Amino acid sequence: MQVNNKFTMNVLAKSANESFARACVAAFASQLDPTLEEIGDIKTAVSEAVTNCIVHAYKEKIGKIYISGELCEGNILRIKIRDTGCGIENVEKAMEPLYTTVGGERAGLGFAVMQSFMDTVKVRSKIGKGTSIVMVKKISPRYGVNA
Amino acid sequence: MSVEIRSSGQTVTAYLSGELDHHTAREMREAIDGAVELNMPSTLVLNFKNISFMDSSGIGLVMGRYRNISKTGGELHITGASPQIYKVMKLAGLERLAKLEGNY
Repeated sequence: MQVNNKFTMNVLAKSANESFARACVAAFASQLDPTLEEIGDIKTAVSEAVTNCIVHAYKEKIGKIYISGELCEGNILRIKIRDTGCGIENVEKAMEPLYTTVGGERAGLGFAVMQSFMDTVKVRSKIGKGTSIVMVKKISPRYGVNA
Repeated sequence: MSVEIRSSGQTVTAYLSGELDHHTAREMREAIDGAVELNMPSTLVLNFKNISFMDSSGIGLVMGRYRNISKTGGELHITGASPQIYKVMKLAGLERLAKLEGNY
């Protein structure tokens, strides 16, 4: 798949960076002229993935979250969010709606939101090494080719 | 992020504004719970009109407030949610817990 543009960034896994991360990805995605709904979907999915890194991957430390994005041929946005935290023991289980390993008021809906709002979500994880999430969304073309 | 609380009779309304995510949810939660503890309302209204963004942390906040108000037999109402926020709420099935008021 031809990549027309890309970015990479990393942020500290601090909750104050959640809004910064989703705003950056939304600004990058805006090159594809998405609708307000599509931008909302992208921001929400990114927020979930970044929050997962902060809440789950780096429980005891403030690590780094690596975020990259690509604008691909066919108005396709590809986002990768990666951490080098504790990893997920059972990815399939973690992706079940309402499943959460932390207390408090976490709804356990992070992956469900990502899957619902993006076209595809792929998760790879290794205990002690970290987790990477790749999310893809095709942006509906409105004014012809714009990537 | 801010929360403005107004109390009238048996109703407490929390006017939420800004972005509701994991970073801001705790402060909002504490403000709402403080007002509920003080006023013991029969109806808690969460007004989302000025919330510009919400992820599943907002779902946790709504579910937690529902649990609290239900303990005393009260009701939870949600007003002013944008279509995008409503979409997140619907995904979580919040319409089964709270009265969602608005045109969706």
